Amino acid sequence: MASTAQSIPGGASVVTTAERAGSFAACRALLRRDFVLAWRRRGELFLPLLYAVIVAALFPFALGPDPELLARIAGGVLLVIVVLAMLPALESMFRADLDDGTLEQWLLAPQPLALLALTRVIAHWLTTVLPLIVVMPLLGALLNLPVKVLPVLIVALLLATPLLALLGSVLSALAAGARRSGILLALMLLPLAVPVVIFAAGAVAAAQSGMPFIAPLMWLAAALILAIVLAPLACAAALRIAVET
Amino acid sequence: MATFPAPAAPLLSAHRLAFSRNDEPVFGPLDFSLGSGETVLVEGDNGSGKTTLLRVLAGMLPPGEGEIRFSGRAASRDSRNGRILWLGHRPGMNESLSARENLGFLTGLYGTRTGVTPVSAMERVGIAGWIDEPLRTLSAGQKKRVGLARLLLLPGEVWLLDEPYANLDRHGIELVNALIAEHCVRGGAALVTSHGAVRFADPRARHIHLVA
Repeated sequence: MASTAQSIPGGASVVTTAERAGSFAACRALLRRDFVLAWRRRGELFLPLLYAVIVAALFPFALGPDPELLARIAGGVLLVIVVLAMLPALESMFRADLDDGTLEQWLLAPQPLALLALTRVIAHWLTTVLPLIVVMPLLGALLNLPVKVLPVLIVALLLATPLLALLGSVLSALAAGARRSGILLALMLLPLAVPVVIFAAGAVAAAQSGMPFIAPLMWLAAALILAIVLAPLACAAALRIAVET
Repeated sequence: MATFPAPAAPLLSAHRLAFSRNDEPVFGPLDFSLGSGETVLVEGDNGSGKTTLLRVLAGMLPPGEGEIRFSGRAASRDSRNGRILWLGHRPGMNESLSARENLGFLTGLYGTRTGVTPVSAMERVGIAGWIDEPLRTLSAGQKKRVGLARLLLLPGEVWLLDEPYANLDRHGIELVNALIAEHCVRGGAALVTSHGAVRFADPRARHIHLVA
């Protein structure tokens, strides 16, 4: 049996002979685990997508079939739809792992907690948000979004949604200890989401009226880089507090 | 000039360690050390602070007073992480994943003890046939055994085991005692809590009594 005790001459400790895990391997293991879990619960992942399609399909009925009006509001409406569709999933980013004790294992692992938190945000974004961006051409067509604006909207979303996911991860970790934290999380995220939505909508509106749209996108990119560095650190601190309580 | 090896510091030691919650003392002050090959049994009634003591030692709670040292160095994330294996009330594994997937993920975080595989660890704890079943289909005792497989598989000298006997049958209790004994022969150490209902195997094990 491989696990039985062996004694080594000289009394050296066998406990220390082990293949240590590198940080890269740890991130890969976490990504693989989260993808497997997402695949097991793919029905749940479909819900935000369904929500976004339904809302986008209802807007023309509520506002009347005026192509001019729809084209004018489409960019802003789609941005808000994506932000709202992201909210429910954000709440559960760390909840299950806190409840079943997996976070305790994260804390004691010989890996930087911030790196694991960042990996979790990446896995979360890939599984819950990326599908929303993939269906954006369909949603744009439902709302008569001008075709030339669509690429700008998608780039804006590719910058804005990871930023929101990173901000949301900190709040989600802070709220993880509280029961029914969904409303709390939404209220906390709203003020942080406002500037993100303003810059993203600014880029889309500028592209729509034929003006330069690079500057607001650059602001989003700068904020995203800042968040990639700082948010995981804050998230790790919040996770330690969540495990403490 | 010849250098003399310093006397080996205990793997884990606590000096005047105490913890209070809202100014209510939970336990302590305690003095103890846990050397290589040693087992310490923490006994006490429900609510006497056994779990809190283990969480403080693991760094999940900040110590109120006193000092914790790992191999002579003051406890910090660097001196502690990767050297502690934690088996708590919560399984530390996802119920939707199988034992193989859970153990695979944890070896990704912690590394693997040389010569052990998830399959051999699951064979040792007697539930190799359940390795590909989602954990939620396993009984409470079987889940506990998957937790024991985790102890076998992951490297880490200091085992902090919170009520490892809970939910286990007679053979399971013997298995826990055998695993702890093997771990101590390997040079590891274990701190085990129990509410006193189980007879502990190793008669030489030291005891810490906590009073509520």
